[in-house]
Amino acid sequence: MPDTTFLDSTELVLNMGPQHPSTHGVLRVILKLDGEKVLGTDCVIGYLHRGVEKIAENRTFAQFNPYVDRMDYVAAVSNGLGYCLAVEKLLNIEAPPRAQAVRVVLTELNRIASHLLWLGTHALDIGAITPVFYCFREREEALKIFEQYCGARLTTHAFRIGGLQYETYDGFEKDVKAFCEMFLPKVDEYEELLTNNRIWVGRLKGVGILTADECKEYGVTGPVLRAAGVKWDLRKAQPYSGYEKYEFEIPTRENGDTYDRYIVRMQEMRQSVRIMQQAVEAIPEGPIMGKVGKVIKPAVGEAYVSLEAPKGELGYYVVSDGATQPYRVRVRPPSFVNLQALDRMVRGGLVADVVAIIGTLDIVLGEVDR
Amino acid sequence: MADEQKPEGSAAPSPEGGEGVKPPAKPAADAVKAAPPKPPAAAGHPAPKPPATMAATPWDSDLASELKERFGDRITETSTYLGQNFLVVKPESAIAVLEYLKLEADFDYLVDITAVDWPKRAARFDLVYIVYSFSRNERVRIKTYIAEGYKPDSAVGVHLTANWLEREVFDMFGIQFAGHPDLRRILMPDEWQGHPLRKDYSIIQQDQRWVQENLGIESGQ
Repeated sequence: MPDTTFLDSTELVLNMGPQHPSTHGVLRVILKLDGEKVLGTDCVIGYLHRGVEKIAENRTFAQFNPYVDRMDYVAAVSNGLGYCLAVEKLLNIEAPPRAQAVRVVLTELNRIASHLLWLGTHALDIGAITPVFYCFREREEALKIFEQYCGARLTTHAFRIGGLQYETYDGFEKDVKAFCEMFLPKVDEYEELLTNNRIWVGRLKGVGILTADECKEYGVTGPVLRAAGVKWDLRKAQPYSGYEKYEFEIPTRENGDTYDRYIVRMQEMRQSVRIMQQAVEAIPEGPIMGKVGKVIKPAVGEAYVSLEAPKGELGYYVVSDGATQPYRVRVRPPSFVNLQALDRMVRGGLVADVVAIIGTLDIVLGEVDR
Repeated sequence: MADEQKPEGSAAPSPEGGEGVKPPAKPAADAVKAAPPKPPAAAGHPAPKPPATMAATPWDSDLASELKERFGDRITETSTYLGQNFLVVKPESAIAVLEYLKLEADFDYLVDITAVDWPKRAARFDLVYIVYSFSRNERVRIKTYIAEGYKPDSAVGVHLTANWLEREVFDMFGIQFAGHPDLRRILMPDEWQGHPLRKDYSIIQQDQRWVQENLGIESGQ
């Protein structure tokens, strides 16, 4: 008599993805369910693996620069800045002050664009259709500035090792100021739609809690860590590119749930506007390129440089053996590390919350898989 | 870029007397890749060539001396390069050092684990741990040199985040971690043969059999 069954009658294995609209790319999550309750997950990733780190070893330092934009393609400027900073560290040089200020403006603009994409798609996942149109409307304005500046909208390749390729265009400052002015009331508008919306609050509050200790244990950084009450932001902790010159707050919350992460990111957009306004007011005159040879050939050595990307700590560990090509480039991707905590966050919750939690982690699969 | 490199290469074999500064420096830089440092025969040369090893300086701090006192000769080097501090420890002590740093010195955030392949070296791989302390706002790298086939202990017992990071190192370099709870490939397909980030794995190399079986195509490479 067959008394053993393949699965316990109440357990169900559900495959989510890789082609699923709420996984924000090609993420496959295998869920083990008991009714509506999640008992465990297994993430299958790598569908977008392009071997970026291997490519780096076969390109010169400068040639590899555009590739990094293709990792977190919604925040390409942060990726590019991190790589440039890492190679500049190896070369022991710094970008000139003018380049640093322009870098800060563009990076913060990109942070807003990245957060807007997150907000729109996250709200869409939860079932709110309207915010995505609002968010893309304002994101378009940010992308227009990128397009005017360097000709590209997403994979901008805006920076070069040692500074900038392009001088700012006429009216750059005016456009950025106009964007800042236009954008702040729009954040209020999004908040009016969502912050006190009963459905929104009901779907997000108390969902996917990750405490501060758990965040540290899993290496989770960025808004997820700040929503758990840790006031830590690399722009303040270890300033780069002149961030120490600007006044801004690190928004934090206490509960570490999905709702708090939403609030933290909304406030971060306001802080980014604040930084941009200060930076664009005081872009110093001067050269935009530091003293970098045509052939970039750092001395033998290694450096790890990281920065606060919209998703968390993005690090580059670059090893040079004295040749024109990097010997090794390791990217420490925030999305990859943060995604590992998904299992901890969804366990014991409801299957519908998995969608909310993937959204709130704000992962980009291009960066997870590299 | 490619245009820039050509004239240098062609200038090197035919050294001209006039512009003596640049050409002699170039072959030395290329030699760095393979050979150990040349004896300082050209010591009197005006342009000092870049050293073949990392020009790291000793790292003097309370933490460094504390660690040395605690671990003795299991820590073989405490250095700093470009303002970034790192330790070199013996492979079997890496986890103990990580644990000590976490529990006694508050380095509670494991930022990254990665490896670097040096095929010509006896201990083929650098295994690199990067840790950070929120309270000290300080970052330290812990490096160990391990030979092919050596199975370092897993760090999952100390930092949970090591799980996926070690899986990626295993996937890309074939380093097996002893005591890892779930050591599977993470980015490459499970049945893939070879470890792509090893230096002897060419950039156009593929697992032909896997491509044929799973994609039903002849490889494009």
